[in-house]
Amino acid sequence: MTPLLSIRGLTKAYPGVVANDTVSFDIGTGEVHALLGENGAGKSTLVKMIYGLVKPDSGEMLLRGAPYAPAEPRAARADGIAMVFQHFSLFDALNVAENIALGMEDPPPMRDLTRRIREVSETYGLPLDPSRTVGDLSAGERQRVEIIRCLLQDPKLLIMDEPTSVLTPQEVEILFQTLRKLSSEGTAILYISHKLEEIRALCDNATILRLGKNVGSCIPRDTTARDMAEMMVGTALQTPERSGRALGEVALDIKGLSAASPSAFGTSLKDVSLSVRKGEIVGIGGVAGNGQDELLAALSGEILSAPGAVSLHGRPVGGLGPSQRRKLGLLTGPEERLGHAAAPDMSLTENAMLTGALREGLVSNGFLKWGAARDFAQRIIQAFDVRTPGPENAARSLSGGNLQKFVIGREVLQRPEVLVVNQPTWGVDAAAAAAIRQALLDLAAGGTALVVISQDLDELMEIADNFAALNEGRLTAPRPTAGLTIDEIGLMMGGAHGMEVAHV
Amino acid sequence: MDLSAINPVLLIASLMVAATPLLLAAIGEVVVEKAGVLNLGVEGMMITGAICGFAIAVETGSPVVGFVAAAIGGALLSVLFAILTQFALANQVASGLALTLFGLGLSALLGQSYVGIKPPETGDAFGALGDIPVIGPILFGHDLMLYVGILIVAATWAVLTFTRVGLILRAVGENHDAAHALGYKVKRIRVLAILFGGGCAGLGGAYISLIRVPQWTEGMTAGIGWIALALVVFASWKPWRVLIGAYLFGGVTVLQLNLQAAGVAVPVEYLAMSPYLITILVLVILSADKSNAPASLGRTFHASS
Repeated sequence: MTPLLSIRGLTKAYPGVVANDTVSFDIGTGEVHALLGENGAGKSTLVKMIYGLVKPDSGEMLLRGAPYAPAEPRAARADGIAMVFQHFSLFDALNVAENIALGMEDPPPMRDLTRRIREVSETYGLPLDPSRTVGDLSAGERQRVEIIRCLLQDPKLLIMDEPTSVLTPQEVEILFQTLRKLSSEGTAILYISHKLEEIRALCDNATILRLGKNVGSCIPRDTTARDMAEMMVGTALQTPERSGRALGEVALDIKGLSAASPSAFGTSLKDVSLSVRKGEIVGIGGVAGNGQDELLAALSGEILSAPGAVSLHGRPVGGLGPSQRRKLGLLTGPEERLGHAAAPDMSLTENAMLTGALREGLVSNGFLKWGAARDFAQRIIQAFDVRTPGPENAARSLSGGNLQKFVIGREVLQRPEVLVVNQPTWGVDAAAAAAIRQALLDLAAGGTALVVISQDLDELMEIADNFAALNEGRLTAPRPTAGLTIDEIGLMMGGAHGMEVAHV
Repeated sequence: MDLSAINPVLLIASLMVAATPLLLAAIGEVVVEKAGVLNLGVEGMMITGAICGFAIAVETGSPVVGFVAAAIGGALLSVLFAILTQFALANQVASGLALTLFGLGLSALLGQSYVGIKPPETGDAFGALGDIPVIGPILFGHDLMLYVGILIVAATWAVLTFTRVGLILRAVGENHDAAHALGYKVKRIRVLAILFGGGCAGLGGAYISLIRVPQWTEGMTAGIGWIALALVVFASWKPWRVLIGAYLFGGVTVLQLNLQAAGVAVPVEYLAMSPYLITILVLVILSADKSNAPASLGRTFHASS
C-alpha cells in the first residue's frame, strides 16, 4: 500500500545553518506519527515545507504516490493537509467564527458556518461558542478553534506542532481522545513534540531529528522515554542533583496581593498569598496566561502594590520600584528573553550592566564603569558556559538557550537573597536546561529563596520543594512536591476548565 | 451681538461641506490603520491631491476629471510610503512625517503658476430639489462629492463588516504573523490599503481647493490631515463614528465662523482654535479605551519564517 505522504531527502538550508539535511520518512493513512527532536532540530522547518510555507532546497514529497510540492498553504489545504500551529495563529480581536473563516479556502456564509462549527464541535466533543471573541478564551479553547478550523476542511493529514505545551493534563487527555477518534476515522496525524511520555501514549511511529538530520526511528510504545531522549540529544543525559538542605526563616512573604494586569487580555492577580523560606524552591505551575507574567511583574516591581502585600525579610517592599528591590536583594528573571530580560540590540556587557549595575557596583556617580561591566559579563559567560565569541556581541546574536543561560546567570551571580524566575528553561535544549536547573538548585543550597514559575511540570517536580498553581490569577495553597500525583496537579491547575470529554 | 443672524439650516448645510475633506481623509486612514499601517502622511497626501485636482480641473475645465486626478495624485504619493515601509521596512512614523513634508513642498512647487486662478464651478447634484425649504439645502443642496464621501463611508463600513475582503484586511491588521501563516499576502493587502488611503486623502484635499475655498494657496489644508489622524483614533476605527466626528469638527468650525460674524465678545483667536481644542478634548476622553486599536498597528512586517 502506498503511504499517504512520503518524504524523500528533503533539504533546507538557511544562511549559516542547515535546518533539514536529507530527511526522509513515510506517514500512512490513519497513522499517528511523531516527529521528535530538541529545539532547533528542524522539526518546525520540516512541517512548514509540508504545509507550503517554506520551499525545500532539494528533495521531494509524494502524496498518495503523486509528486506534491505546495507553493503556498492554500495549495496544501486544497490537498487535504491541515496544520495546528505551536503559537496559535489566531486573531484576538475577532470572534471564533471569523477566525475559522479566515483559515478556510471557500467559507460558507456566516450563518451556515456557525451551524457547521456547532456540528463539528459536538461530534468531536470540543464545545465552542462561535460568537465569542478569541481574546477571551482559555488556551485550551483557543486550540479547539484551530482544531475545528482544520476539521471543517476534512483533512487527510493533520499536523500538530507542540499542541500540549499550553494545556493542563486533563485537557491533554481530552485532546488525545479527539486525536484517537480522528485517527480511527482514517486521518493521519503528524505530531510534533518533545514530551516523550505523551508520544509514548499516543503515537504509532516516531521519527527523531537531531541538528536537521533524521537520526533514527522507533515505535514509541516499545521504547523507553530515556532511550528516546538520548536519541534526541545524542549523549547521555545528566539529571540535576538536589542535596538535602535546611530551610531558614521566611525571606519572601506575599500577603493578599491583588494587582490589575497592565494588558487588555491579561489576567489580574487576585488575593495571592505565599511565603518562601531561605533555601526553599517554590514551583508555580499553571497554564500560560493565568497570571504568571503579572505575578513576576508584581514581584519585580514593574507592577506596584500595597506596601505590605510583598515583604522581603519582613520589610514591606510592595511600593518600591525594581531598582530599589534589586538593591535589597530581590532579583527577577522574566520569561521573554528578547525584549524583557535582555535588550536585543545591546551587547552582553551592556545587558549585564542593565540589571547588575547596583549590586555589582558597575556605576559610580552616574558614570559607567565599562571595565568592571565587561569583567562581570565575562564571568557570567564563563560560569554558565555561554557559547559566544565575547561580551561585545549583541544579545540578539545568541541562540535562545545561550541567551537564557546568560540572563539567568546574570541574576544568579548577583548573589540574590530572593530570586524569582519565569520559564527559566523555555525553548532551551535539554543540556542547557539541566545546567540552568542545577544552578538554581545550587543557589537554593546557598540559602537563597527561589520562586520558579514554569509550565514544565516535570521541571517543577524535579527542583521544587513545594508546588502551587496559578489559575485565573489565583494561587492555590502550596503543597510539598514529594508524593504529588499528576492528577492532583491537574486539579490544582484548574482541572479541565469545564471542558467536556470527547464522546467516543 | 446678533445671534439671530445665524440661520440653522444654512449652518447645517455648510457644516456638511466643512466636514467633507476631513471625512474623506479620515475614512481612508481608517482602512490603512485597520490593515495595521500607521500612515502619518495624510496631510502631505491631501495637499498633493489638492493641487493635482486643482491643476487638472483648471486645465481640462472639468471638476470631475480634477477629482479623479486628485485621487490618483494622492495614491501616487502614498506609493512612496508603501515602498519605504513595506519593502524597505522603514519606520512608519518617520516615513509618514517625511511624506507630509515632501507633499507640502511638492504641492508648493506644482502650484506656483496656479495662485489666484478660479477653478471651474462644481454644480449641485440634485438641481431644483435643493430649493425645497429646510430639508432642501441640507439633504439635496450639495455637490456630488459630498454624497460620494458619505457613500465611501457606507461602503467602507459594509466591506469591513460583511465581506471576506474586509475580514482578511482586519486579520492582517490584527496579527500579521498569523495572517501570513495562513497564507494571506500581508504586503499586498497593506499596499492596496495604503493606496486607498492615499486616494481618499487626495479627494479630501481636492474638495478643499475645488469646492470649499475654492482657489489654490500654499499649505491650504491647514492641518486637516492631522485632525483626520486624530479623528480615526477618537472614532475607535469605526466608519460611522468617523462621520459623526467629522461633522462635529465641521460643526464647530462653521459655528465659530458664524459667531465671529455675529460679533460675539470672545477674541477671534479663541474662536478659531475652538474646533481643534474641542476635537482634541473629545479625543482624549474617548480614546481612554484603546482596546479597539488593530493589534499590529505600526509594526513592521517581515516574513522571516
